[in-house]
Amino acid sequence: MASVSETVVDPAAATLRRRGRFSPGDAFLYGITLAAALSALVLLVLLARELIADAWPAVQEFGLGFVTSRTWDPSTDVYGAATFLFGTALTSFAALLLAAPLSIAIALFLTELAPRWLRGPVGTLVEMLAAVPSVVLGLWGILVMGPWIVEHVGPFLHRTLGWTPFFKTEPATGPSMLSAILILTIMMVPIISSICRELFLNVPRELREGALALGATRWEVVRGVIFPYARAGVAAALILGLGRAIGEAIAVTQVIGNNEAITWNLFDPGDTLASRIASLYVGATTKLQISSLVYLALILLAFSLVVNLLARVIINRVAARHQVSA
Amino acid sequence: MSDHVLTAKSLTSEHRTRRRIVNWVVEGVATLAALTAVALLLIVVGSVAKRGLGAINLDFFTKTPSLLGFDVASSGIANAIVGTFVIVGLAVSMALPIGILAAIYLNEFAPRRVQSVMTVAFDVLNGVPAIVVGIFVFVFIVSGHGQAAWKGSFALAILMLPLVTRSTQEVLALVPSSMREASLALGAPRWRTTLSVVLPMAVGGIITGATLATARVAGETAPLLFTSALAGNAVSWQPDEPLSSIPMFIFTSAEQADPALQEQAWGAALVLIAFVLVASMVARAFGLRSRRRLTGGR
Repeated sequence: MASVSETVVDPAAATLRRRGRFSPGDAFLYGITLAAALSALVLLVLLARELIADAWPAVQEFGLGFVTSRTWDPSTDVYGAATFLFGTALTSFAALLLAAPLSIAIALFLTELAPRWLRGPVGTLVEMLAAVPSVVLGLWGILVMGPWIVEHVGPFLHRTLGWTPFFKTEPATGPSMLSAILILTIMMVPIISSICRELFLNVPRELREGALALGATRWEVVRGVIFPYARAGVAAALILGLGRAIGEAIAVTQVIGNNEAITWNLFDPGDTLASRIASLYVGATTKLQISSLVYLALILLAFSLVVNLLARVIINRVAARHQVSA
Repeated sequence: MSDHVLTAKSLTSEHRTRRRIVNWVVEGVATLAALTAVALLLIVVGSVAKRGLGAINLDFFTKTPSLLGFDVASSGIANAIVGTFVIVGLAVSMALPIGILAAIYLNEFAPRRVQSVMTVAFDVLNGVPAIVVGIFVFVFIVSGHGQAAWKGSFALAILMLPLVTRSTQEVLALVPSSMREASLALGAPRWRTTLSVVLPMAVGGIITGATLATARVAGETAPLLFTSALAGNAVSWQPDEPLSSIPMFIFTSAEQADPALQEQAWGAALVLIAFVLVASMVARAFGLRSRRRLTGGR
């Protein structure tokens, strides 16, 4: 895209400048569009500044110890984020573990296996999964999936995998970290699979056909040609999916149970950074508690910046490599 | 990894059978994965439809929620529907012009360096979690001043802006450079070229992108939690007071133990999901058509 606009815009602009015909209308359009384009940068700076300013009382009170303290106690006005960091890490990585193979397999189906007429409709349906509002998914999570886990999936997991730390107890009634993990998986799948589909489609035809001509099966083409070619891009897709999971507040807060505990037992309720913020939307009382909530948001913002920039760096590197080889 | 493909061993028939079986298994797994995703969508939409249909009648659209949980069956979500309309409408009116103008700058004016830096800024903004945007608007303009529907709109607009900019940018890049050059060669200034040649060609794609972005933010709850949650029960069009909204209604009713209220939540979910899915599908179909026209069937 960058290269397209480059060739389009620059010669024309250069010609205009040479002729000195940059009319007032041009200057005006240039001015307002530039101002609009700067809005993203301005918003990002404002976002960071406001969050830091309002988190400052909590930062001063608890310092960096905030992230290792397990206490979240409004009655004594002492707050710490450790349980939520643990919950965020556990739920989003577990969801990534489930979503990654599923999404990659879906992308493979859509690019390599499905008959051409089926690709469009199935691809659209998978992407529609991303269009389901998180509050609706959360509603479904508490009222349909939750009971289903307690009655069917939970007992089965406990019977077969009860020896692991994850399914130690009988499934409790109602909300659990397992529900949150499954909901997050559902949210990540359409994101990761649609990026992977683009990546797989971009694998040059000759490489694919070369491998097939050498007698490789479809799976061998995937393993030997497509995966190595798309590896970095897939990593970026997984990182972006992880970012989505880390930041999801509503659906998670609906199903996870908002409990302050560090436990590996997935049938227990837990909490994440985003979900804790959402759950306190009417309940934050003291100034320090609000400031601590903003501190949580600041940590989330930092995560999302890191995740997105990392993915961007990877994607840019891939794009650069492809331009050279193309 | 590629040496696996071509070993002498792989030419014996026993290995060929094994390779074929492995291939079948993988193909089966991939097909199953795609089926799972499609089934999930159908299950979610199906259970929303099944449970929500019972709540939907004329009262559901014209009446407001019952205050103390009496007579829930003949109450409705009129206030939430109006509220969502106001909040989302305002968000669109903030994000759409700015997003389109920004895309024009990025695609028509920006030097390459500037373009890539600013595109990253929009991408990063796009990656900021909705709840963080909600908290930002809360500390920025709500805290100490009170909630209001337009503040919720502002939060939604922040989420919408990068979506609109990105989609508009992609469409503008598809407008053939020959069109711009033809216009400039005829002596039209840049602004005229942009407004009368480039934008009209791209308008279909821009509308598609805007519709998808609208559908996406219409279902957002997190930005409204801290900005437009403490709403009254009456139907109101006032953007300077907190208004109810369909997502907030679902969020709060879902936590109620009363099955009648839960049914109301399902009904609201059905309304929301129908709007979002239909808008996305129509926009996609329309977008595909206008894109095809723009690229001449390529």
